[in-house]
Amino acid sequence: MANFFSDNKDLQFHLQHPMMRKIVELKERGFAEKDLYDYAPQNFEDAMDSYRRVLEIAGEVCGDVIAPNAERVDHEGPRVVNDHVEYAAGTVENMKAVVDAGLSGLTLPRKYDGLNFPLICFVMANEMVARADASFENIWGLQDCAETLNEFASEEQKQKFLTWVSAGATCAMDLTEPDAGSDLGAVMLKATWSEEKQTWLLNGVKRFITNGDGDVSLVLARTEEGTTDARGLSMLVHDKRDGGVKVRRIENKLGIKGSPTCELVFTNAPAQLVGDRKMGLIKYVMSLMNAARLGIGAQSVGLCEAAYREALKYAHEREQFGKPIIRFAAVSEMLSNMKAKLQGARALLYETTRFVEVYKQYMHISHERSLEAEERQEMKFYNRLADGFTPLVKLFSSEYANQLAYDAIQIHGGSGFMKDYPCERLYRDARIMNIYEGTSQLQVVAAINAVTKGTFMEQIERYATAEYIESMQPIVAKLKELTAKFAEMQTYVETMDKETAGFKDFHARRLVETAGHIIITYLLARQAGECADYTDSVRIFCKLSVGKVMEAYSYVMSSTAEDIALFKAVEAEY
Amino acid sequence: MSKALKIVVLAKQVPDTRNVGKDAMTPEGTVNRAALPAIFNPEDLNALEAALSMKDRVTGSTVYVLTMGPQRAADIIRDAMFRGADGGYLLSGREFAGSDTLATSYALSCALKKINPDVIVAGRQAIDGDTAQVGPQVAEKLGLPQVTYAEQIVEIKEDVLTIKRRLEHGVEVVECPIPAVVTVNASAAECRPRNAKRVMTYKFAMAKSEIAADSETMAAQRAAAKPALQIVEWAAADVDPDPMQLGLSGSPTKVKKIENVVFQAKEAKKLTAADEDINSLMVELIASHTLG
Repeated sequence: MANFFSDNKDLQFHLQHPMMRKIVELKERGFAEKDLYDYAPQNFEDAMDSYRRVLEIAGEVCGDVIAPNAERVDHEGPRVVNDHVEYAAGTVENMKAVVDAGLSGLTLPRKYDGLNFPLICFVMANEMVARADASFENIWGLQDCAETLNEFASEEQKQKFLTWVSAGATCAMDLTEPDAGSDLGAVMLKATWSEEKQTWLLNGVKRFITNGDGDVSLVLARTEEGTTDARGLSMLVHDKRDGGVKVRRIENKLGIKGSPTCELVFTNAPAQLVGDRKMGLIKYVMSLMNAARLGIGAQSVGLCEAAYREALKYAHEREQFGKPIIRFAAVSEMLSNMKAKLQGARALLYETTRFVEVYKQYMHISHERSLEAEERQEMKFYNRLADGFTPLVKLFSSEYANQLAYDAIQIHGGSGFMKDYPCERLYRDARIMNIYEGTSQLQVVAAINAVTKGTFMEQIERYATAEYIESMQPIVAKLKELTAKFAEMQTYVETMDKETAGFKDFHARRLVETAGHIIITYLLARQAGECADYTDSVRIFCKLSVGKVMEAYSYVMSSTAEDIALFKAVEAEY
Repeated sequence: MSKALKIVVLAKQVPDTRNVGKDAMTPEGTVNRAALPAIFNPEDLNALEAALSMKDRVTGSTVYVLTMGPQRAADIIRDAMFRGADGGYLLSGREFAGSDTLATSYALSCALKKINPDVIVAGRQAIDGDTAQVGPQVAEKLGLPQVTYAEQIVEIKEDVLTIKRRLEHGVEVVECPIPAVVTVNASAAECRPRNAKRVMTYKFAMAKSEIAADSETMAAQRAAAKPALQIVEWAAADVDPDPMQLGLSGSPTKVKKIENVVFQAKEAKKLTAADEDINSLMVELIASHTLG
């Protein structure tokens, strides 16, 4: 009888954001469908009521079905039977529950049987599913592949695949190959046009494909014979029912063991081209990856929630020296930091989601009619923010997921090292989050532009000029000091980089993280103005931020050109 | 494959007695309904699932919920619609107040005569009264066969249901001609979740009196305009009863006295299977004259 939505005030808070009015208005195009579909909202209040009700359903399915199945799914895992994936029994139950509950095609338009919900609802559901079982989030969350089809596929393809996803079809994105991981431009899987069959045929191998035996697969393949780089790659969509793909093996992983990570062999597998040739990696996969990164952000925050709750519960139950261990300062400090990081990561997650949402809605509207000058400007504005914030949220939340899972075991002590408590699973599951969909190191590469081009600084200045309640003034003053340090570091690094190649790359993570700490603290300070519950968390998070920013500051400002060579010396080893 | 079935689920809105607080009982010893959330009686949800699974298997079948209670009992009809029911009947009115199981089953049977279903499914018992009498009494009053303690509707063929019963000492598989009454155990399949689209559609479903009470609201106007959103509401006069058999006058049950029973659990002791522990237990039991 658990409900992962009703029991989470922080999550409910983010649904009430003032920007929701604009988001719902855009998503519903001024409620144009209110008389066309029985389930379309009549107005803003009606829409919000529906979101809340449906998130309660999702919360109930997560609490009553998915979470209780998590342990046995982790132990059992999926298998390969006759070249196809067979999910663990618990995963099959989970799948049935989410499909019965109608939680498929959550964000897709109603004409493809979707619910036409804002992205924010999908991210919230994603977060709850991950809190229940991170491995199931991989399978369920991949439905956002359909959003990429919705953006770029033909009407006929949308009719076929999107309605199928709304009915519960699962998805996969087949990108990685044995020799093409972070470097996707090296993808070799071959697509050839068959005049005879009037279809593209796929041949080759894909590796590390999450839910690789899904119903609908988006495949990155080389359509241009003789090319070797990104410009020869296109995106194709494969229907599992057409055959031609065998699952050669499922990886034996450290964590998210319920999610099948497949090696796939394509033998003349039929597929349709999505959008334009040669735009596969350059345009479509970039869109896919951005959505997936937000997805991992949600998955990570869900894991943080689970880790914090497990640790908090144990710290109350476990007694040593005659009292619950939470009454020891060392333990309560850890838990307070965990809570602050959890709420901070969530604040960043939903801020980012709102940016992505507004930008994407304008983009969809621009396919229906030409945008007004003002709308175009707004679209550009939010696009820029979304591009900067997406890698930032992936970086912070996935690192926090690991830190919180680590701390959760620490609080459990020896018991946490045993397989008796969920925290050991959380620890293993978290480990992939700062690796897949781009490692933390690659998120820094993606986010550093937002530092150099000033996107972060401009946004920080917008936060700084907003109004804050009296009790937040000391925090805001502190943040202004940190922002000055950030500017100083940035100038120093830019100057040094002109003389010393690689200087900016070397300090990129320190710069990006500095921006992130300042941004998150501002977000929490704003929340504290609306809800007193956040007062403690923002104070605690501000202390963490001061520590982190000052550490980065002293490291960067004492760094010289020699450092580059110093840290390159290791290349000569081995 | 059978012909399309008209299935009615008997359901009750009950106070949630599973998580009771200190104020769950009034000083007079009756249930303090205001302090407990009103929920769909749990075994009636199992009954609803059994009905929906029959609807899934027999094309064209319908599932309606029949409940007797105050206006707010319409909540469980809406809940059932969220999960897949086609609609519901709310039996409501002052005449029904104070009904015991006999008067309740009489009122329900009057309504059922009007609806004339092929299969009537009910939960085994409600968590507030725990009598398990209403289902069987309804069958008797309608002169229908009844299958109690049902766990699964195994097969639906022509006019015969094959049903698995969960009994104290095992299971029994029986066949039963329809029309019939089936009461379902908690061990049966759990009810499917509420469905997102159905929730968004049927959250506007309303009974007549609910529409009248808020006639100016968008929700009420929506319900008034669409027949699919109207929950049938019947007062006593709508089901042609003998008024003497309704409510208090139709209820022979008299509560003589209510006692508060408090469990006084003593300290528990944990023993391992080691000889040492068993020996010391024996010594203790002999010492306390429990044994020997």
